[in-house]
Amino acid sequence: MAHQSGHGHGHASVATGHRKLADWIDVRVLRQDGPGQASYWERHRIPYEPEMNVISVLQRMAAQAKTVDGRAVAPVAWECNCLEEVCGACTMVINGRVRQSCSALVDRLLRENPGEIELQPMGKFPVVRDLVVDRGRLFRALERMKAWIPVDGYFDMGQGLRQSQSAQEEMYPLSECMSCGCCLEACPQYTKIELARAEGETDEAWQARVREAYDLGFAGAHAISQVMLFNAHPTGRNNASERLDALTDPGGIQDCGNAQNCVAVCPKRIPLTTSIGRAGRAATLHSFRSFFDR
Amino acid sequence: MAGQRVMIVGGGLAGLSAAMKLAELGVDVDVMSLTPVKRSHSVCAQGGINSVNDQTRQLGDDEWKHLDDTVYGGDFLQHQPPVKEMAYWAPRVIELMDRLGVTFNRTAEGFLDRRRFGGTLYKRTAFAGATTGQQLLYALDEQVRRWKTEGKVRMFEFWDFLGPVLDDRGVCRGCVGQDLVSMEIRAFPADAVVLATGGCGLIFGRSTMSMACNGGAVSRAVRAGAKYANGEFVQVHPTAIPGADKLRLMSESARGEGGRVWVPRRPQDTRDPLNIPLEERCYFLEERYPKYGNLVPRDIATREIFNVCVNEGLSVEKDRQCVYLDLTHISRHELDRKLGGILEIYEKFQGVDPRSTPMKIFPAVHYSMGGLWVDYEKAADGGLRVGSARNHVTNIPGLYAIGECDYQYHGANRLGANSLLSCIFSGLIVAPGLVEWLAGRNDSTKDASESGRLFEQARQAHQERHDALLARSGGGENPYLIHQELGLVMTKAATVVRRNDQLAEAVQKTNELRERAQECSLSDTGRWTNQNVVFTKALVDMFPIALAILEGALARDESRGAHFKPDFSMPSLRATSPDEKRREAEQWCDDFEASTAQWLRTTIAEWDGNRIRLSYEAVDTSLIPPRPRLYGLVGAEVIEQVWKERQAGRAVPGAGTAH
Ligand SMILES: Cc1cc2nc3c(=O)[nH]c(=O)nc-3n(C[C@H](O)[C@H](O)[C@H](O)COP(=O)(O)OP(=O)(O)OC[C@H]3O[C@@H](n4cnc5c(N)ncnc54)[C@H](O)[C@@H]3O)c2cc1C
Ligand code: SF4
Ligand code: SF4
Ligand code: FES
Repeated sequence: MAHQSGHGHGHASVATGHRKLADWIDVRVLRQDGPGQASYWERHRIPYEPEMNVISVLQRMAAQAKTVDGRAVAPVAWECNCLEEVCGACTMVINGRVRQSCSALVDRLLRENPGEIELQPMGKFPVVRDLVVDRGRLFRALERMKAWIPVDGYFDMGQGLRQSQSAQEEMYPLSECMSCGCCLEACPQYTKIELARAEGETDEAWQARVREAYDLGFAGAHAISQVMLFNAHPTGRNNASERLDALTDPGGIQDCGNAQNCVAVCPKRIPLTTSIGRAGRAATLHSFRSFFDR
Repeated sequence: MAGQRVMIVGGGLAGLSAAMKLAELGVDVDVMSLTPVKRSHSVCAQGGINSVNDQTRQLGDDEWKHLDDTVYGGDFLQHQPPVKEMAYWAPRVIELMDRLGVTFNRTAEGFLDRRRFGGTLYKRTAFAGATTGQQLLYALDEQVRRWKTEGKVRMFEFWDFLGPVLDDRGVCRGCVGQDLVSMEIRAFPADAVVLATGGCGLIFGRSTMSMACNGGAVSRAVRAGAKYANGEFVQVHPTAIPGADKLRLMSESARGEGGRVWVPRRPQDTRDPLNIPLEERCYFLEERYPKYGNLVPRDIATREIFNVCVNEGLSVEKDRQCVYLDLTHISRHELDRKLGGILEIYEKFQGVDPRSTPMKIFPAVHYSMGGLWVDYEKAADGGLRVGSARNHVTNIPGLYAIGECDYQYHGANRLGANSLLSCIFSGLIVAPGLVEWLAGRNDSTKDASESGRLFEQARQAHQERHDALLARSGGGENPYLIHQELGLVMTKAATVVRRNDQLAEAVQKTNELRERAQECSLSDTGRWTNQNVVFTKALVDMFPIALAILEGALARDESRGAHFKPDFSMPSLRATSPDEKRREAEQWCDDFEASTAQWLRTTIAEWDGNRIRLSYEAVDTSLIPPRPRLYGLVGAEVIEQVWKERQAGRAVPGAGTAH
């Protein structure tokens, strides 16, 4: 709809008032046909249009399905949904920096790095295909941390507890975490865990094995921050100690080296290091208490 | 219930609230979704969720008025019992979401803060910053994750629903899905299947919706015999930011918080908007609708913005249609506190700060009021019988539909902030109904060998379709390009203004595209994470729904809600003398009654394998009798007067104009 006037004249109308930065966009993309296979670089070239983002570049590339030297190839696989940087799906490494491809504007990328755009899958998660990675470990960390409010149930029990504006203003930013994984990609302590499914392994057996492996790894900044969110909530507080137990288990907060890379790359500007600092103090206190309570 | 399972397809607000409630009621649940459920389209909702509340109550509001606003906004096209039930549950739905930890904005005293949305005079809308949908979805996602760790819910994320499995009596016994990673096709036996797959904006090419909103799942149900209702009612949101890949929404809350819509009186005035003096600005919504101002209902705002640009030539830019949406008179601090998230979106995607420069916006396809036809059971109080197995069941027994993919709550036009409510409400209300359905199905899972054959056959049929697509020889049509063409056809003929000649042409073009889509060849014939074949299937399945929208619009010769046909609209009064005016108003009311008698009906579309067949069904308006919507008509006062006199003359105590 918003392109009503554009009917019949393609995107020509949108171009007015914008300086054309190039005639073509060259894209170098790191591809991989499946898990455990070798990766390889491939070059694509598409015509420049104003106001593009990396998603529209990938869409043009998929429609064309040819490399720069005219070889027909399968379209590059990638993940996306909302196209407005709230779902977290489209995260990848663009020109060396992890970010969302829907909000990565081509004009800005070309200014940053004239000539070409470089796309790679996130490196801390197993590649499924091309730019698609398996971020199951990230969601598993939320299970580990019991990242939910332990309500009695969903029957009508009247109003929730009153909360101050300042409490809301503290919790709201933490609850904007869209599980994109940028903070994990940037974290030196978060290392890739990749397993291969055995021939004939059942769904259940495979999932259990993966869960176990994930649970030994570092949970990551996003999960620590979620613990702080739920422990701050007047009802969530009721099982705060279970979350702190999870935080002090192997792969918990002690694995954080405090490198602070996470906070710098979080697209939602979540105060991750503040959360980590608080979590550290709460976990220490909690360990003392558990020790003396024994 | 032991051993019984329910399959929920879709993990947006509707699907997750159903999953959570079913788990609480002791039912085992499977959830299948194209994306991880936390990434569902519901995260995009910015503005808020409606309910009557203590404050509005003391200003004279109540649930009945919420019902009234909803059916009036929907131009009376929805059955009223489900809407009544929803309006009465609304305060409890919001209280529940608050208990689940949604970070709603607060007043200084710690109560939930509210704002006003279009189509009502009350501040009913609760909100969490500018990411209300995201916050609501996360709260449900967290609860479902909790049930998952307890083994009550199994998740099948990155799976595509390929179709329901029906037995020889036409009862839904499960479904077939495809793993988007391994491409495995698998049958899922289930004692009931619930579709919660959201809207179908992708049929229009670009819209405000997410990439998973392709309508494919619904179309697959329609192919299996499910009825599609009121397809022609597609909401076009008045304010979106034009983009090459998506038309990003600028939430109505921008106007709710005081945003003003205007154009320079001088066409394409090149001055900096802030330097244009007040008297040279045309605040056309405020001028034409003094009562509601910038908060007129969506269809009106959309048409006025469209009109000011297309017919009056007052678009801000010459080559691109747009008007100003201006927030610059509000303090930065307040804007950041209340609208931070949506302003960031504008800044992020347009590179301009809307706190200091008026935004440029234009309408975009936004919401599907139409959807799968579903049933309900009316209770004596005029609402629903809670716990009825009929609530939300499609015409296929055992196949249910909830959320944006059903047609039940919004009639011809949805009010802002009513959809998050209807999605969560429909998820909560379908659960006890399913329990009743399950209780009556003790025989179902027993006959293992017979049903084993049924599922294997269904699986095999989908496998063959899939293999045939992969085996297509190259050089055929390109699915991505056909999708673009379909989007242009639909956007041109079936959005703000509809004309029969254009619609007829669009039907023909869509049929041609449908044939060409049969000839698509794939650029990827691999057997691992093949997005090309998944997209092609979704594209092929867009056609039944696209045709239901177009045929429904073509047949409906009237204007109602979001469906605007100028050739069949009720005119303004032209006379100047009071007597003449009165006579015209009488005529107007006669015409209105005649048109109501003919068109106040649900459109039902069925797919016969090759084309759409339309039929119509009466609407239950037993609670609130239909009345004309007179926004902005010249002579509205006189028409209203005549209408009221007629109603008064007709009123029978204790009864509406039921039919
Ligand atoms: C930008 C925007 C802003 C909005 N703001 C508001 C607002 O402020 N207030 C309001 O009330 N409403 C708002 N709405 C409307 C509201 O957000 C939606 O109507 C609502 O979120 C739909 O929820 P749902 O659960 O029905 O579906 P969705 O959230 O769309 O979820 C659909 C689910 O189905 C799955 N699915 C789809 N197809 C398949 C398939 N073939 N196989 C398997 N799974 C499938 C998806 O993966 C997803 O999990 C807004 C809409 C938009 C576009
Ligand atoms: S602060 Fe901790 S979590 Fe963040 S990047 Fe450093 S090690 Fe990782
Ligand atoms: S904390 Fe930030 S970077 Fe990490 S997952 Fe959440 S949104 Fe992404
Ligand atoms: S597609 Fe949702 S964040 Fe980019």
